[in-house]
Amino acid sequence: MRFKYSLKTAFKGLEQNRARSFLTILGIVIGVTSIILVMSLGQGAQNLILDQVKGLGSRTIIVGAGREPTGPSDAGQIFSDSLKQKDYDLLQRRENTPSVKMIMPIVFGSASAAYQSETYSLTIFGASPLFGNIFDLSLKSGTFFTEEDIRANSKYVIIGNKVREQLFGADDAVGQTIRMKGYNFRVIGVLAEQGQSAFNFDEAAIIPYTTAQNYVLGIKYFNRFVAEATTDALVDSAADEIKLTLRESHNITDTTKDDFFVITQVTLASSLSAITSVLTIFLAAVAAISLVVGGIGIMNIMLVSVTERTKEIGLRKALGATYRNILTQFLLEAVMLTGIGGITGILLGAALSWGISTAIRSFSTIAWTFSFPVSAAILGLVVSGAIGLIFGLYPARTAARKSPIDALRYE
Amino acid sequence: MHLIELNQLVKIYKNDEVETPVLHGLTFSIDKGEFVAIMGPSGSGKSTLLHVIGFLDEYTSGSYRFEDQEANTYTGDDTAHIRNKKLGFVFQSFNLLPHATVFENVQLPLLYSDIPESEWEKRTRESIEKVGLSHRTDFDVTRLSGGEKQRVAIARALVCSPDVIFADEPTGNLDSKSGGSVMQTLQDLNEKHGHTIILITHETYTAEHAKRIIRIKDGLVESDTEVSQRRHTDGGILMK
Repeated sequence: MRFKYSLKTAFKGLEQNRARSFLTILGIVIGVTSIILVMSLGQGAQNLILDQVKGLGSRTIIVGAGREPTGPSDAGQIFSDSLKQKDYDLLQRRENTPSVKMIMPIVFGSASAAYQSETYSLTIFGASPLFGNIFDLSLKSGTFFTEEDIRANSKYVIIGNKVREQLFGADDAVGQTIRMKGYNFRVIGVLAEQGQSAFNFDEAAIIPYTTAQNYVLGIKYFNRFVAEATTDALVDSAADEIKLTLRESHNITDTTKDDFFVITQVTLASSLSAITSVLTIFLAAVAAISLVVGGIGIMNIMLVSVTERTKEIGLRKALGATYRNILTQFLLEAVMLTGIGGITGILLGAALSWGISTAIRSFSTIAWTFSFPVSAAILGLVVSGAIGLIFGLYPARTAARKSPIDALRYE
Repeated sequence: MHLIELNQLVKIYKNDEVETPVLHGLTFSIDKGEFVAIMGPSGSGKSTLLHVIGFLDEYTSGSYRFEDQEANTYTGDDTAHIRNKKLGFVFQSFNLLPHATVFENVQLPLLYSDIPESEWEKRTRESIEKVGLSHRTDFDVTRLSGGEKQRVAIARALVCSPDVIFADEPTGNLDSKSGGSVMQTLQDLNEKHGHTIILITHETYTAEHAKRIIRIKDGLVESDTEVSQRRHTDGGILMK
């Protein structure tokens, strides 16, 4: 039989039971919708994370105190005070770290800043003058602090753009004094607006690390070292040099007992995308269960339909339809059902994902972008078609095997 | 060479080890261009006989040769092609596809044929014309009267230009007037267009439209006679 007419016949078969066909494909629609939604949101999350990681800079190396958390039972916080001034001194020596162009220590904590009657909660970063250089930050106005300020424990602060907006409004901030943790800080610079990045510098105050350690936070260690490799190609060797130096300094011989961790853009991106991929696959697999349930629904309804149309099958056979003709007709009906369900699900899933992306953007500051992986759409179509074939095969064979005379006699 | 040739044809139904013999050994033959009525009371096996010679059912023993070839040498697909190309069926209960037009119903066998698609419309319209239903071509079949429905079924049986048309109690569900017009149509097809027609009926007055009557009783041929005075239907009234 000509394919065009097979399609027409299959479509007519479905059309005669519109309500039933609709209810039957709901299972497939829901299954495909959830798969598309999960994959699309997963891709969006991945893009968001990778964008933020890119903000880190390709040559940047971050050294953290403590063990990189690898699981919930891992007490990574035990060694949180492991990075000391001695380590900083060693790391700064060129003979220890020839591939490192520059390195600075960072401490941080949260505080609230006050100017006249305005207050604002922000993150305090204690850093060195290299800060702007390493994180590629530029000043909107004012200057950075100097090595002299580090030695002198100067109470100078550079504030993020949002902090300036909240505390000073339209007024000029540079030269004014703000109060944090009971100390007065002179604003010597304002950062240009950063937008979304790995660190939220718009809502931060940057002060000399010595001031932060001795006055604001009262600690003798560093939270992080941030280094920059001399070239992109030397990032890995720079990371290795830092590890060796720190192990030497901490007397560590077993690399699994490191009390610090080293992150580069590449390692961070790969470990974060591994996490989102696993999550996406897991959620998509859960959603796929509903597709199987939907497929069983299709099989059930197709069997009912075959029984109902026994007489029609008998007639078609009497008029010359072969086993193959009847098989094709009912398989096409099943595939058409799941195909329509699949396409609807893809559109619905994309629409929902788009809606959620828009909602995230308008109700939060997260720079979420809608992304629709073509692979998900193809997967959705292929899977729904395959479900039609698999779950339609048994009913279609039942139909095609009927003897014409038994089928014609059926009442 | 006969078109249809039966020799000691036996059909036994087997159902859960219970054997029910229906045809006990039938022997007769039918030639091209004949109009034969097969008559018998209910339970005589006449419908079973039609199913066997219409390639809808298999026989148990004996011989059935169609166009000089033994019928049980055909495979399942072969019998489908024979039903499509060489046989046409008209059933007592019409068996039209509901929710479809006259045109779509008549066209149905062409979908399974090897006739080129370019000829489909012409053939379909010609068939509808032959049974006098051109004015109903695009009607949904559910809107037709019983007699019209049966004529649609006849047009459908004709559309692939078969060698034989099998009509199984074609007037059984019709009042005498529409039954008459259906018989008239069949008679015309035989006389004017030379179609071979095999009619199954239990009514003598319907059977007498044929040229020859084979009476069957208890699965055996009781008599095989020429009709001396054929009936014709004129304006819905049966005339001798």
